[in-house]
Amino acid sequence: MATSELAVKAPAAPAGDLVNDFSIQVATVNGSGSQSSNLVLLRTLFQMGIPVSGKNLFPSNIAGLPTWYTIRASHRHYIGRKKETDLLVAMNPETARDDVAGLRPNAAVIYDEPLRLDAQRQDLIFYPVPFDKIVAGVCPEAKLRKLVRNMIYVGVVGELLGMDWAETEKAVRRQFRRKQKAADLNWAAVAAGRDYAQQHLTKRDRCRLERMNETAGQIIIDGNAAAALGCLFAGVTVVAWYPITPSSSLCESLIEYLRKYRIDSATGQATFAAVQAEDELSALGMVLGAGWMGARAMTSTSGPGLSLMAEFTGLGYYAEIPAVIFDIQRVGPSTGLPTRTAQGDVSFTAGLSHGDTRHVVLLPGTARECYELAMRAFDLAEQLQTPVFVLSDLDLGMNNWMAEPFPYPEQPLQRGKVLTAGDLERLGGFARYRDVDGDGIPYRTLPGTDHPQAAFFTRGSGHNDQGQYSEKAADYKDNVDRLLRKFQTARSLVPPAIVERQGVGAHGVIAYGSTHFPLLESLDQLREKQGIDAAYLRLRAYPFGPEIAAFVRAHEVVYVVEQNRDGQMYDLLRLDLPAELAARLRSVRCYDGLPVDARSITETIVHLQD
Amino acid sequence: MATIPAEIKRNRIGLATSDYKGGKSTLCAGCGHNAISERIIDACYELGLDPHRIIKLSGIGCSSKSPAYFLNRSFGFNAVHGRMPSVATGALLANHTMRAIGVSGDGDTVSIGMGQFVHLMRRNLPMVYIIEDNGVYGLTKGQFSATADLGSKLKTGVVNELPPVDTCALAILCGATFVARSFSGDKRQLSAVLKAALAHRGMAMLDVISPCVTFNDHEGSTKSYQYVKEHEEALQDVDFVPVFDDIHVDYDPGTTTEIQLHDGSRLRLRKLERDFDPQNRKGALSLLTSYHAQGEVLTGVFYINPASPDFTGQLNLVPEPLATLPMDRVRPPQTVLDEIMSSLR
Repeated sequence: MATSELAVKAPAAPAGDLVNDFSIQVATVNGSGSQSSNLVLLRTLFQMGIPVSGKNLFPSNIAGLPTWYTIRASHRHYIGRKKETDLLVAMNPETARDDVAGLRPNAAVIYDEPLRLDAQRQDLIFYPVPFDKIVAGVCPEAKLRKLVRNMIYVGVVGELLGMDWAETEKAVRRQFRRKQKAADLNWAAVAAGRDYAQQHLTKRDRCRLERMNETAGQIIIDGNAAAALGCLFAGVTVVAWYPITPSSSLCESLIEYLRKYRIDSATGQATFAAVQAEDELSALGMVLGAGWMGARAMTSTSGPGLSLMAEFTGLGYYAEIPAVIFDIQRVGPSTGLPTRTAQGDVSFTAGLSHGDTRHVVLLPGTARECYELAMRAFDLAEQLQTPVFVLSDLDLGMNNWMAEPFPYPEQPLQRGKVLTAGDLERLGGFARYRDVDGDGIPYRTLPGTDHPQAAFFTRGSGHNDQGQYSEKAADYKDNVDRLLRKFQTARSLVPPAIVERQGVGAHGVIAYGSTHFPLLESLDQLREKQGIDAAYLRLRAYPFGPEIAAFVRAHEVVYVVEQNRDGQMYDLLRLDLPAELAARLRSVRCYDGLPVDARSITETIVHLQD
Repeated sequence: MATIPAEIKRNRIGLATSDYKGGKSTLCAGCGHNAISERIIDACYELGLDPHRIIKLSGIGCSSKSPAYFLNRSFGFNAVHGRMPSVATGALLANHTMRAIGVSGDGDTVSIGMGQFVHLMRRNLPMVYIIEDNGVYGLTKGQFSATADLGSKLKTGVVNELPPVDTCALAILCGATFVARSFSGDKRQLSAVLKAALAHRGMAMLDVISPCVTFNDHEGSTKSYQYVKEHEEALQDVDFVPVFDDIHVDYDPGTTTEIQLHDGSRLRLRKLERDFDPQNRKGALSLLTSYHAQGEVLTGVFYINPASPDFTGQLNLVPEPLATLPMDRVRPPQTVLDEIMSSLR
């Protein structure tokens, strides 16, 4: 049933020119400085007004292993991964033969001349380029050649595709904006590539760029930086983290923003504390200590770190302490594939820790939602007094995405049910874990509150509604039942699922997170090629709101599309829905570690029709 | 606040000892930990500390139950096993104006909590960290901990064949700025050390030998009352003079070392046998090593460095608690978002 079990045949490339509708794959060696070249290509397309996306497929390594960067231009705004490569830039001798072997007929290959790839296949279009010879001409200093060699392919690609050179130069100068000399040298390398292509290569492939006006006013940002901005504007004050791919850049971006915008220029004093902890256990311990004290505190991690956080998460849940935890998912289990993407932590996160635990999990599907749901996470954590998870993934978190500029938050911070000394005076005290309002959410005081009755004892052991140690059966049961009531309350507080597309007929699709963009493309494929006009509901949180059952009820068959082996969200939905609705769900799973592509989803859904 | 009869003694902020009491202890009668709780109550009362300005934290184990037995008007946090240091760190970052007392045990600190302990010392977090050290796991009924002495024997006859970790030497090595060892049965010394630790701004690590009356107070145990009484050697007489007390001199100035603490109060150490300088890290480490080799339990203040910056100071935080900063100080204005957005175009 899963895609990897299907023999998916690549469809023949369509006839005619591929105008703003193709994908370029650049195969290089990790650590060779190709990232700058790839970003220049990406930005040139973006500045030409063409919808574009870039995906970095990199190894768990600093230098020397193969890495691929895919740039996709799509006039139809498809910014998910495209399975097929139309133009390959083969710079890595180690992988070049395999890279060429994987292409479909009529694809084009720009390659380093000494590799002699043209002998390998007759059905491809080859463009040999003597990179070493060209770089020697523009870069007299031998030791710098390695750094600018990759910029030459930007010029070759640009000449073949018809890039707007003014935009390319702008992109180069932006990339090296702090280093005039480097900018000049790199631009010279682009120009040398361009000149070589003009003089020596005859255009034979069908990929072509034409200026559009589809990106005006938009930004390019990765999901981790977007989430960091969400934390910044949520007013985070305590950040504790431990480095782990692919989450590190979230806290690193955040700390950069905090240093820039949250330090008083006159006194040099900070309105935040950021600590690199000794491990993930400690990171979450710090966040809980800070949340208990009343601060907005966060950490970010990935699978292995999340495993370590299980114990503290249980404490946060049971002692009812606000915390925000970002999990930028990568491929597990264990160390897994640290630099590949998955949605494999869904069921683990939903019930993280031993005993009866259930957690609020937010599911951003776009860069903008990484920003918005980060802010919501802090509000929800304090409103519900519990750890709140934000599940992103490597694809969403580390790759570059186009987005509309983020709006400034309209709502003030929601700080939840906190009693002041004045409240305590008026009320004559309080019981920390009593359900006063019937929503399962108790009241708390912050340590330091100046009132003789403000103090309470926080513990992970059994407690009564006053926070006192208790092993009484009734106290235990009342407490965990109230926690479940609180979880039910969360259903109405979390961001609701969105009907992204209204369909016609019996079919519905449910997806979440980074599956969103490829799914939009897949829906078009299903409609245009298979006649299936499916509706699409995008989940944005767990627990599920009533809109999800309503969507399933309105369709006879509902495909749950996700990037894990076991159909984890499918399972959570089946547990939550009434049996007659649960029976309508079908699991669609793609999980090879690469960002899911539309065609894989489409093929699987088509296969399920049989 | 309850009305207090006039005859009851009050401290400088008008509170009685009863305002510092905790719940009834559920530890074994005669447990050294109860005596330590008493000393904490006395020290906070005598120093006139505001209970609501104190947080008391612990991990898991017999020792870690004790924060429920002192300072009822302080905010308590009984965390998970071995991981109180991280909770304390987060709490103090969120509000660095609070005073923190952490209570741990030898299992909680030196076995499961070793990683967090080491980093807590290294960060010089401003708090008092007490190890109620009995060399044994009490709550799980008497297994050895990593501070059990080589050759010490369990009731079951099992002999410990691994060397102990010296928490004081470790704390000094890692960067703690106030390191002492005392004995739960030494009321006078423990009180003075606790008060000085509370006045210190930085990591004050106290290893307090606290015999387990149930599992480790028999002949053959090196952490029994009997053994400690026979083998304890006090490094110095410890006297603490709070900043608000009149300065008076008990000791012959020729044989005392006086250290001024962060808040202006003074710690006086009367030298006994040797010329010991508690501000010399190397000397402290060498002394601890040599005494250990003799099977002696050396007590006193081994190391103190009142000048070293603590962790919250190093982060250069605003004077107010981060936890309660108003929105306009933590959410940057629209212009900042606009600036960032235009940089991403």
